[in-house]
Amino acid sequence: MKKWFEPLSTAWVGVVTHKLRSFLTILGIVIGVAAVITLMSIGRGVQEDVISRIETLGSDLIFVSPGATSGFGGIMGTAGSATTLTFEDATAISERIPYISSVAPSYSQSLQLIFGAENTRNQVTGITPEYKEAYNLDIANGTFISEYDYQRGAKVAVLGSNIAETLFEGTDPVGQTLRMEKNIVRVIGILESKGALMGSPDDTILIPLTAMQQMVAQPRTVQGERVVSSIALTVSNQEQASYVVDEISGLLRSRHQLSPNEENDFRIRSMEEIASTMSEVIGTLTLFLGAIAAISLLVGGIGVMNIMLVSVLERTREIGIRKALGARERDIWIQFLMEAAFLTFAGGIIGVILGWVVSYIITSMGVITTVVSADIVILAVSVSVGIGLFFGFYPAWNASRLNPIEALRFE
Amino acid sequence: MIHLQDITKVYLMGKRELTVLSGINLRIEKGELVAIMGPSGSGKSTMLNLIGCLDIPTSGSYYLEGREVSHLSRGELAQIRAQKVGFVFQTFNLLPRLSALANVELGLRYAGGSDRTRAMEALTKVGLSDRANHRPTELSGGEQQRVAIARALAKNPPLILADEPTGNLDSRSGEEVISILLTLHIEQGITLVVVTHDSIIANHCQRIIHLKDGQVVSEETV
Repeated sequence: MKKWFEPLSTAWVGVVTHKLRSFLTILGIVIGVAAVITLMSIGRGVQEDVISRIETLGSDLIFVSPGATSGFGGIMGTAGSATTLTFEDATAISERIPYISSVAPSYSQSLQLIFGAENTRNQVTGITPEYKEAYNLDIANGTFISEYDYQRGAKVAVLGSNIAETLFEGTDPVGQTLRMEKNIVRVIGILESKGALMGSPDDTILIPLTAMQQMVAQPRTVQGERVVSSIALTVSNQEQASYVVDEISGLLRSRHQLSPNEENDFRIRSMEEIASTMSEVIGTLTLFLGAIAAISLLVGGIGVMNIMLVSVLERTREIGIRKALGARERDIWIQFLMEAAFLTFAGGIIGVILGWVVSYIITSMGVITTVVSADIVILAVSVSVGIGLFFGFYPAWNASRLNPIEALRFE
Repeated sequence: MIHLQDITKVYLMGKRELTVLSGINLRIEKGELVAIMGPSGSGKSTMLNLIGCLDIPTSGSYYLEGREVSHLSRGELAQIRAQKVGFVFQTFNLLPRLSALANVELGLRYAGGSDRTRAMEALTKVGLSDRANHRPTELSGGEQQRVAIARALAKNPPLILADEPTGNLDSRSGEEVISILLTLHIEQGITLVVVTHDSIIANHCQRIIHLKDGQVVSEETV
């Protein structure tokens, strides 16, 4: 106990007697640690935000999209361009696969839209009524496409909140009509906003699939089946998700008459998988940002080394005295190393507090909800202590090697 | 206690060799009070440094309490300094940022651990218990040297080496310091080796060794 306490108290005295210099020395470490903490907390915040948004879509969601799984890990061609997935596939899935609560095939195509003076093109998705349940959608205003609308191919549309805002600019769209290609379509509902996220329903226009078939020529496969751009489905039992994925894969392979050595001509992804991929990507990005911030820690470390070298020179006489009193090289070495580690430890702690405050301010400004996690704090503090030990090593070694007689004569 | 046998010390000044001590033979018994005198550059301080294990001889043997120490490692020498030797310097060599008491404690630290009570006892012996919390800059030269003596004696070493202990003091403080050193020698039987120009100190010693050009030129017993 005493053995450790004495060098520590010596280090404390060394730091306290040069308050301003100690502070300036650790400033680099403080800024570095604060930057790391802040950036990482922003990254973690974004990560959690994205995951929670994905989860509002429903983590029990499974997507089936056409196109072979390419070696690059994505889908060959964009959704809708490959014509391997059909409406009849969706029917077969809902009839033969257990643990499925809803199946929602959809067909998307870019259509011309005219409302008043506006003339644009937008992606329009033809859906079945199950779409609402599968994507966990809520209606903000009006109603959703009903079974009745679907059966009779009613020319009605439900708009995403962004689209509604762009097209109708503040007026209530429900009950109004717009032209879609050559057809008059009545808006019957507006979707609740789900937040801006890739593939968000905020930007879609939904119409009954049957109405879609009347407006455009839906392509057919060689077998005469109607092509869809994706099939979304939800599982009733989350634990069976991977079983369901396997079953669908087997069913589709047999329906598409793929021989065992052929690759799938479709891709099945669960929302969980997408969420974990995205959070992985964001995590990597966050780590990258943190690494850039950590460069300032390195610069701070060099500052510590600089000051320690000066400090050793300045205290040459003290080192000589200590050696005359019987200090071994190890004692001197530990003393200066402790001082360096102590400085950077203090810098790390102050940096954590500063980073925490900055993260808190960012959160309270409402920009993004930041998350300061314990592992980052522990990592940042231990890295700064490590920097102290690393950059303090050489100055401390220099100090320990001083010749006591020459050190005592030093003015 | 101290036995120097044919000790030589050669310093390398650039490419020139400088012989500071050549062929020193000396014995100092336990409990002796010895003065080393000589003109400056005669090698007095170098000899004291060798005796105090701050330095090692170029050739020759040095037995301290019967142990040959001239070939020990730096770490072992440090240990001997910590346990056996108390230094008193001409320039006091106190740490300016520490209080008198903390300076005395520092003398104990490498000898086995700080001990506030023992440090206070040592300060009391030199009559400075009321100055324990003063820093060196708040003390007179004589007081500073007494703190340095307390630092040297706190660990109760068998040997105290003083290098011109009164060199930076006025005559009154010098006398105080001398009387403290003499009292220590008489009461505790500490072996005391003093390098000095001061004939007053020398006259209190049992033996005076005169050095010149790195050699013992004469020894006189008082």
